[in-house]
Formats: sequence, structure tokens, C-alpha cells
Amino acid sequence: MDRTEEQWLEGLRETVDKVLPIRHYQESYGAIGIKRAEDIKSLKDFQRLPLTTKEDLRKNYPFGLFAEPMENIVRLHASSGTTGKPTVVGYTRQDITLWAKIVANELKRVGVTKKDVVQIAYGYGLFTGGMGLHYGCEELGAIVVPISGGNTARQLMLMRDFGSTVLACTPSYALYLAESLEESQISRDELKLKIGIFGAEPWTEGMREEIEARLGIKAFDIYGLSEIMGPGVALECPAHQGLHIDEHFYPEILDEEGNPLPDGELGELVITSIEKEGFPVLRYRTKDLTTLHYGTCSCGHVGWSMDRVSARVDDMLIIRGVNVFPSQVEEAILLEGFEPHYLLVVYRVGNLDQLEVQVEVSEATFFDEVRELEGRQDRLKKRIEDALGISVRIRLVEPKSIPRSEGKAVRVIDKRNKEG
Amino acid sequence: MLQLSIFLENAKGRLAEVISLLAECKVNLRALSLADTKDYGVLRIIVDNPEETAVKLRERKVVVSLTPVWVLKVPDRTGGLAEVLNQLVQQDVVVEYMYAFVEKENEQALVVLRVQDKAIMEKAMQTLNLPVK
Ligand SMILES: [Zn+2]
Repeated sequence: MDRTEEQWLEGLRETVDKVLPIRHYQESYGAIGIKRAEDIKSLKDFQRLPLTTKEDLRKNYPFGLFAEPMENIVRLHASSGTTGKPTVVGYTRQDITLWAKIVANELKRVGVTKKDVVQIAYGYGLFTGGMGLHYGCEELGAIVVPISGGNTARQLMLMRDFGSTVLACTPSYALYLAESLEESQISRDELKLKIGIFGAEPWTEGMREEIEARLGIKAFDIYGLSEIMGPGVALECPAHQGLHIDEHFYPEILDEEGNPLPDGELGELVITSIEKEGFPVLRYRTKDLTTLHYGTCSCGHVGWSMDRVSARVDDMLIIRGVNVFPSQVEEAILLEGFEPHYLLVVYRVGNLDQLEVQVEVSEATFFDEVRELEGRQDRLKKRIEDALGISVRIRLVEPKSIPRSEGKAVRVIDKRNKEG
Repeated sequence: MLQLSIFLENAKGRLAEVISLLAECKVNLRALSLADTKDYGVLRIIVDNPEETAVKLRERKVVVSLTPVWVLKVPDRTGGLAEVLNQLVQQDVVVEYMYAFVEKENEQALVVLRVQDKAIMEKAMQTLNLPVK
């Protein structure tokens, strides 16, 4: 739906109205002279509002930023919180309905119908991935297989026996399933799989091609964060013209200092929810790096679209003063014909940071002649070094020696701090 | 003849592991050579049933490829190997690598040759009529 600035402002003001009774917002907005939603007269005013960070959520742990009394909350989700306290979000009944509708609409756009059997191999639980897709698929009327993550042999068996047509999980787990399928007694012809809905971790176009080729499906990137709602904030366009952002989310792209960037420039995605009740978010810093575009798409979508998230600010490694993202390495690995099973190991020798990239060798990349093998290794080294701007060490390792993940893949081991 | 080439990560004990794996698969190792770099090695072996062995190894997640090689008999006299090689060089054969072994039954010395260009080698073999295994 095409909206004017005033129409967007209406929605944004409603969200501001909802959060103003919360002390955190009262204090931070009061400090810049915003006492009522009506004080926001333009999008420029709106952009003066302080950003909300994950840290703000932690400081107000567990329910301090909820905008509804607890009796109206019907569900809680929380982030994994590897360090410190998790971030907790609450949903009203209306929020759950809205979320399901958003996800259902998006799935419909990429061709999922009530006739589909959707195997949800995202983790169920406090993580929003499983439940988010689950409610969306039910809303759509599809058959849900809430298998959750893990137990790969069983995933493949049920995929065949239940005739699953849609698979939802992380891209790295999809690749692992593809790999396991090739080794299993089940042949691709026995499966009805045709669509993959993959997200919850950054992945590259090369990875998509790899998954699509090996599973014989169309793969779509789904985007979301539990702090904003969960999966479904955006879903990739069927024509692959970026990810279309649902109209219940107002996106901005900011530079490192928090200044708004024009359309098409790479920066951090910041999102404000519209019509969300239990836990509205205002200018929430996603820490995801992407670009935004506004317009009408050939698929019929009108509004904001974002590019595939190329990297997370949190995944960024600073090695010898240079910013390094695992996705840059993944791209190079795929371009050189290696499989996307890799691990970045950062360590320190003396005072100097070192980056070792471990890549698995496969039948396709193994050569009997050491010279040939070293040539491949050198080409990969050069491509990664060109992409990153720092020297790296490539280590070819045996297949399956890099651990497979059933959820988000571990791409980095940083040994610098532990070694002191 | 087909040689099995196996990728070995230079992790501790990996070579011994793969050799044990071959024993488990009841593979008779006729010849073996190891090319080593800082990080990994390529183990090259000559066995009785290379294709069958490759299948078994792949089932056990070993990266293996089948490489065409020539196994030539080396005359049992001083300079025997040099003689063979010189003849091949004169026919423009470029050797990538080679390794030797002795057959148990008849103490025949043999040399495994991997050449750069298969067609040149085939032609040379026709011309020279060297004894092969
Ligand atoms: Zn579109």
C-alpha cells in the first residue's frame, strides 16, 4: 500500500502514544522536548527520537518496556542472550493475530497455499522462528508439521512420508539437510519439496544458488527479529527484487553515527512497529546491515523493500583494524567452487591478529597433484584477501570436519580474548 | 592403471587412521607414497580393486579420487630406472611424480608414473614397448 508521509506519521504517532506512559521513553523523549505524540510534526521530527537498543531492553528486563498490562499479554518470547540477560518481548492476543496475518500474506506472495505441507524445522520455544512460521501457516490454512530443529534422519523421513512441499529453517540447516539427503536412502524424486523459507542468519546469493541446486527448490529469504516481532518483518519477493517489508514496520537506514542515509545506501536497519500493542518498538537498532528502496515492484508490492542482510554488526570482526564479515568470506569460497562449509579462526601471534579460514575439501575441489591443490588454495586466498583487504591463511580440511548446525551456524571462533 | 589419491588433513594420527580404515576394508596395499605440505598430505596408493576401494572409502567420508597412472617394470640392473626415464624423456613425456615399489612374489622392481599428458605417454608407450605391470 502506498502511503503518504502524513499516513506514515499517523501510524508512528500512535506507536509513540502507546509507549509514552513507559518511564524509559518518557525520560528519553522528554529530554528532547517530546511530551506528546502530536509534538512530532514531520518525519524529520520523528528522526530526532532517540534510538532504542538491545541494551535498553536489557536494562528494563524483563517487562519494563511492555506497553500493555500483564493481564493483556498472552505470550512471551526471548532472545537467546549468549551474554548477560535475554531480551524479553510480550504479545497481546491481537499481536499474535496480526503476526500470523503478516506471515500468511507474505507466504501467499511466494506461492504457498492452503494445499501446502509446511515442515517447520526452525527451533520452537523462546526463539520466535518456529512459532512465528507456525501461526502464519495455520492462518494461511496450510498443513503445519511442527517438527522443530534437529534429528536430520527423521526430518528427511517425514519430509518424504508427509509429502512436505515447503521447508522453513536456517539456510545452513537447509544445506545440511541437502547434504544428508544425498547420503540417505531417500532419493530426491520421493520428495515433493518445492519451496524453502530460510532466515535467522545472514547468507549470500551463492549460498542460495547452492541450496536451490542441491534441494531442487526455490529458496526465499525471510527476515525478522524477536525484538521487532519475529520472522515475517520482511520476506523476499518472488521476483527476487529484495525483501518486501510488511507495512506494519517503518524502516530507516542509519550510518554509524545514527544519521539517516538516503535510499540505496548501506547502513544499519532501524525499525519502528505500527499497530503492535504488547511490545511496540520505536526506532529499534537491528544491528543488521542492508539498504532500503521505496517503490512499486513488478510483483505488485508497493512500499519499502530491503536488500538481503549482508552482515550483522555483531558478526563483524575487527582484524588488524579492518572490518571483516563472514559473509564476504562465504562469497569468495562459493565463487572459487568450494562448498560453503567454513570456519573463521582469529588468533593472535605476538601483537598481530591472524585470520585462518578453514574450508572443507570435497571430491570436486580435491586434486591428486599437490601443485594443483595449492593453486586452488592460492586462488581462494587471493580472492578472500582482495575482498577483505587483509592477509589470511587458508587451511583445507577434510569433509564434515567443520561442525554442522541445526540452527544458526557457527562461522567464527575468536581466540584473541581468551588467550589474553 | 588407477591409483587412489586420498586427501589427508595433517591432524594428529589421521594417516594412521586412514591406513587402519584400509585394513578394515581388507584392502591390500601394494604401493604407497605420501606427498606432504605444511597443512595437508595426499596419500597415493596402488591396490588390487581401486574402484571398489574408492566406494568404501567414500562411504567413510574420505575424500578420494582415482588417478590414471602407469606402472612400469624396471630392469634389474644398475641404471635400470634411468634407462626407462631417459627413453620417456626423449619421447617428450613429462613426469609429474613417481614412486617405486617391489613386488613380493618375484622381487620385480616397479615404478608408478604420473605424467602430465596422457596422450603423449600413450604414444611413447606404443613406440617404446616398455614392459608394464
Ligand atoms: Zn516484488
